[in-house]
Amino acid sequence: MKTIQVFEPALCCSTGVCGVDVDQTLVTFTADVNWARQNGVAVARVNLAQQPMAFAENAIVREFLERAGQEALPVTLVDGDIVLAGTYPARTDLARWAGISLTAAPNPQGCCSGKKCC
Amino acid sequence: MLLNGIETMKFLIHAPRYLFFTGKGGVGKTSIACATALQLSEQGRRVLLVSTDPASNVGQVFGVSIGNRITAMTAASPNLFALEIDPQAAAQAYRERIVGPVRGMLPDAVLKGIEEQLSGACTTEIAAFDEFTALLADPALIASYDHIVFDTAPTGHTIRLLQLPGAWSGFLEASKGDVSCLGPLAGLEKQRTQYKSAVEALADPHRTRLVLVARAQTATLREVARTHEELAAVGLSQQCLVINGVLPSAEAEQDDLAEAIFLREQAALTAIPDSLKSLPRDLVALKSFNLVGVDALRRLLNVVGDTPCTEAGIELPSSVHAPSLSSLVDDFAAEGHGLVMFMGKGGVGKTTLAAAFAVELARRGLQVHLSTSDPAAHLAETLDGTVHNLTVSRIDPREETDRYRRYVMDTKGAELDAEGRALLEEDLRSPCTEEIAVFQAFSRIIREADTRFVVMDTAPTGHTLLLLDATGAYHREITRQAGASGLIEITPMMQLQDPRQTRVLIATLAEPTPVLEAAGLQDDLRRAGIEPWAWVINNSVASSKPHSPLLKQRALNELREIEVIAARHARRYAIVPLLKQEPIGTAQLLDLSRLDVASK
Repeated sequence: MKTIQVFEPALCCSTGVCGVDVDQTLVTFTADVNWARQNGVAVARVNLAQQPMAFAENAIVREFLERAGQEALPVTLVDGDIVLAGTYPARTDLARWAGISLTAAPNPQGCCSGKKCC
Repeated sequence: MLLNGIETMKFLIHAPRYLFFTGKGGVGKTSIACATALQLSEQGRRVLLVSTDPASNVGQVFGVSIGNRITAMTAASPNLFALEIDPQAAAQAYRERIVGPVRGMLPDAVLKGIEEQLSGACTTEIAAFDEFTALLADPALIASYDHIVFDTAPTGHTIRLLQLPGAWSGFLEASKGDVSCLGPLAGLEKQRTQYKSAVEALADPHRTRLVLVARAQTATLREVARTHEELAAVGLSQQCLVINGVLPSAEAEQDDLAEAIFLREQAALTAIPDSLKSLPRDLVALKSFNLVGVDALRRLLNVVGDTPCTEAGIELPSSVHAPSLSSLVDDFAAEGHGLVMFMGKGGVGKTTLAAAFAVELARRGLQVHLSTSDPAAHLAETLDGTVHNLTVSRIDPREETDRYRRYVMDTKGAELDAEGRALLEEDLRSPCTEEIAVFQAFSRIIREADTRFVVMDTAPTGHTLLLLDATGAYHREITRQAGASGLIEITPMMQLQDPRQTRVLIATLAEPTPVLEAAGLQDDLRRAGIEPWAWVINNSVASSKPHSPLLKQRALNELREIEVIAARHARRYAIVPLLKQEPIGTAQLLDLSRLDVASK
């Protein structure tokens, strides 16, 4: 199974509580990560404000930060290689990288279960 | 109760091991904590006094240099020891623990961003609490003391966070990335069991007493009532109330202003919030002497033996040469339009000052929109429709915050399990949330400042602005709005940074702690690239030409602070006099802007 790592920008509150608005991208992405994990995919989220060491210790991420700056986050790695930068992966991306079907499993807690989500 | 023939304050009777003093900056917590520690030690108890006041003058009070180590106050009492914790230094040390190890490994701009994340009030508070914890949870360290007196207390928000199991599981499994305001906890050294035992000690009425310190002012008492309810709800059940600096009735006979203050204070005490009525209550009279030195401290808490002030010979300058609020308005009126934001800690009179500023502008025939977030908003309502050129609108902070909370819970919260929801709900009770919710509501009005004057009684802190800007949240918001209207993108942060568009005025009182707090707000704004335009010193007795000896002494102390503000902090400033009547209504508001009417 492939390992997916998403290195996220520094967020005071990764819930997005502190934003002007709750970031829909984060809401959706959180739901997608839950979906992927339920389907046995290893997805790690790393927050720059809370785990800077994880950024520093990963040569590829460190180099990316030096070249592109933190404004270019998030950056996604699959088995250690950059596959996506500047935007969060969509559910279809996660499924493709992990090699699972989009309809792989029943999804009782899907994205649209929240009243105002979609 | 009589002890050694002297009547004792109720909050000192059967004092438990831990005494915490809480109240907003400038009410005299540190002085009362010092006097308490001294009194207990003179009764033969071994006492450790812990100060976290950033303006701590404990060392000065006892004539000893203290710092971040336990120091014997031998000259005052052989049983008295003191320790000063600097919360800013604690927060700095904590930031260093996170950032230090990656310095040189990540780009500087990235490190700066992380440091900003860890520069909020929450971080400072949690870092200071971390230091408390060491004392409360270390039996070996505290075994030799009968009492530990703290001149501050954690907030209900901090305690609730620490009580939530989700907070801990969240930060331990950091890879889940679902921790939010608990971020600051991630770098703390203590173990969960230590926090747990500290919180238990706080909630044990046999071990801990919380002393709420207030002044006899309606707004301050309202705020104290909230603190009382919040801390009672998290288990700090043993509480006392101390009202400090009450003007004695004898003083009221000395002059009209003193009488007006006396009546105002007595009215505030009569109308004390219900939840405070059942608490044991002590009144500490306003003193003319400075609270420096052991003798002064001994006299602070004496109930009897309060002799009327006879100190004569206080010479005040015949007039205070200082700019009036009106002169600041002159400077600004020529611009024709713009945004004016008053910023300051609670209770310094931001709403009143904003209203006075707005009325002055309107009086000059300029179009003004005054927007207030004052929950009472009584003052603003009396103005609406009565002044030509002036419109008044009101934002209810509670309503805005509730709406924002509901929205977040319905969207973000919908996907979370019960523990996650509890944690998110607590995050949404943090002071930042209210600031953001209110500022969000204000940012809709800010745009009007292109064509007329907009005056607001609040402003976001620099820290909040930097965070919002860093997350790009504003950018997205603005892009969305621009898409609809075709405007050029200008974020609120850009608008606030532009001195041609925005002027931030710092409101303060001419007292040491409020001045220090205001300077802190200013530093924070500067970090966000916003230079405050002016300081406004509210409720000045010095400019009201008092005759009463107590008020003259207060005026003298004020003049010292005004000098500090003028020399060290403010690029320009104005003084607003303390009026005999509450400044409600147009006429009184106009009086605030001028200094020649104060003695009327």
